[in-house]
Amino acid sequence: MHRTRIRVAEDALDANQTIAAANREDFDRAGVAVVNLMSAPGAGKTALLERAIEAGLGETRIGVLEGDVQGSLDADRIAHLHVPVAQLNTDPGFGGECHLDANMVRAALAELPLAEIDLLAIENVGNLVCPAEFRVGEDARAMVCSVAEGEDKPLKYPLMFRSCELVCVNKIDLLPHIDADLDRLLANIEAVNPDATVLKMSARSGEGIEAWRDWLAALPRRVAATA
Amino acid sequence: MHELAISRAIVDAAQRHAEGRGVEVVHVKVGSLRQVVPDSLAFYFELVARGAACEGARLELEPVAALLRCPDCGREWDPAPPALAVHEPLPAGALPPIPGFACPECDASGEVLAGEQLEVEWIEVDEPDPAEVKG
Repeated sequence: MHRTRIRVAEDALDANQTIAAANREDFDRAGVAVVNLMSAPGAGKTALLERAIEAGLGETRIGVLEGDVQGSLDADRIAHLHVPVAQLNTDPGFGGECHLDANMVRAALAELPLAEIDLLAIENVGNLVCPAEFRVGEDARAMVCSVAEGEDKPLKYPLMFRSCELVCVNKIDLLPHIDADLDRLLANIEAVNPDATVLKMSARSGEGIEAWRDWLAALPRRVAATA
Repeated sequence: MHELAISRAIVDAAQRHAEGRGVEVVHVKVGSLRQVVPDSLAFYFELVARGAACEGARLELEPVAALLRCPDCGREWDPAPPALAVHEPLPAGALPPIPGFACPECDASGEVLAGEQLEVEWIEVDEPDPAEVKG
């Protein structure tokens, strides 16, 4: 036996990227714009999707893919709003992964009525770390950061904050009751991602929901314009 | 935490290129912007490699410092990513250092020149000697 060095020069996540590109092709062919929605657990991803759908997305027909380690609590909530929804659990078959990857989303494609929607919101597993690494075939990445998480989060999780074009700063109704410093949070987001669009909102009070709803509703047109 | 998923990806890439041969060393370039904790990656790598061609292989990590460039004025700088809080607890009341992804000169958003790598650069595999193949 002797040792041989083999040059690989390959991004470790290339395999995921290849499947993500295949997903993206399928979405493009079906004319569906896709947003990958991420956040820490409990930041309000599902609630903000509910508020946007309730507020009305105009002509944009939305479908939702819910990613969770276990259970269908979030999908059940969305189903009440009479939009197509599929649940993807990472527990059976995917090792309880703490994020969605391109292959998992690919496995769920058959459950999604792509011909009947213009916009697919993929709600990732709540986690500020791993989901940032794995593209799933999305056109845009958005994240929710609730003020209750503290103003230091962009500095602790810059990979996530840098990978998103939209940051929804949620739960602003809580500001009078907590010590979080909103100005510092906004400055920290600006420091790690100067290009991000930042929208302040509250799923509970409804403040700022229109801008978020408009961003979602406009995504298919924006994606079509750049295609 | 993402180190588990990253180790799986590294092991998969290494095994694909090993084409059935035993892997002795896996050399990976890791950019500082990936926020990978080396000890954690080494720990998971060993676990994930068990029972596969990478079992017992040594994981070599080559750190790559971050470098940004301003698209407007051309200035280049290191954004000095934040120290991980777990390693260096901050004094009470102190704020974590703010990494500068905006140009210190003109405030434009910097382009990343380096620091986002997560690249399996090369592997070393056991190759049977020609004599052994004949025998």
